[in-house]
Amino acid sequence: MISVFINGAPREFEQAISVAALIQDMGLSGKRIALERNGDIVPRSQFTEQMLADGDKLEVVVAVGGG
Amino acid sequence: MSNDNLIIAGKSYSSRLLVGTGKYKDFAETRAAVEASGAEIITIAIRRSNIGQDPNQPNLLEILPPSRYTLLPNTAGCYTADDAVRTLRLARELLDGHSLVKLEVLGDAKSLYPNVVETVSAAKTLVAEGFQVMVYTSDDPIIAQQLEDVGCVAIMPLASLIGSGMGILNPWNLQLIMDRVKVPVIVDAGVGTASDAAVAMELGCAGVLMNTAIAAAQRPVLMASAMKLAVEAGRNAFLAGRMPKKLYSASPSSPAAGMIGKP
Repeated sequence: MISVFINGAPREFEQAISVAALIQDMGLSGKRIALERNGDIVPRSQFTEQMLADGDKLEVVVAVGGG
Repeated sequence: MSNDNLIIAGKSYSSRLLVGTGKYKDFAETRAAVEASGAEIITIAIRRSNIGQDPNQPNLLEILPPSRYTLLPNTAGCYTADDAVRTLRLARELLDGHSLVKLEVLGDAKSLYPNVVETVSAAKTLVAEGFQVMVYTSDDPIIAQQLEDVGCVAIMPLASLIGSGMGILNPWNLQLIMDRVKVPVIVDAGVGTASDAAVAMELGCAGVLMNTAIAAAQRPVLMASAMKLAVEAGRNAFLAGRMPKKLYSASPSSPAAGMIGKP
């Protein structure tokens, strides 16, 4: 069991999953997103290989309308 | 004016009106207003993916594709240099390495007045990381100069508070900024209606960036076209060079000689 924070909200997973699996779980596969893990950008090219670890803080962002 | 393009970080733009994409009732209105404005540089915001979005809805980037517009990710809502820098790193990743960004670090939630200390700090970091920084700031000419000195590619002072529509409250400070800095000075924030945009351009500003003035108009698309015309009119008036103001120095437009009924 690992506990992580995604966009400020706690989430638990039975086992460590990849960033790509997380994106899929969030329904964001194929969407234009960017992801930060513990303050560092995770390039899209590393989504499959990077595994979430207990205590990770993730930010998943999209573009929205703004001034 | 074919030869009067706005140059930012070496890239040329024919429109001097930059517009935001917030506060519209839907994407259709956003797109119609952006098109009517003629703007080529469009600001967008970066937000957490689970805040107020339906994953099945179209994405803003599908409505305003990066292939057609120069998207300017901004840091609106950031109150620290650190948050602003992180937001723009995410934006660069989101937009496939795009480096032109709008930096904005706020100091106060009520006035949305910029925190210039944090802004200068963030600008230094971003420039060092290869970002091309267009920076929202106060109308303080010294800070504007410092932001140019650290490498910002455009200085964007407020005309009045964000979203206030109060117009250009201190044209003298804008003039002081334009006298000091060499990079484009773009009025960002405070414009309320077309005449405000025209005045900014008549002062010699390189461009105007606005969002609420269009989005909060009763008819946003019509206001977008008004702003396009106002920016063009103000720019042309600036280039034409206005006549001097002459109080009580009467000079009739018609000839003084040849009047009938004279001896």
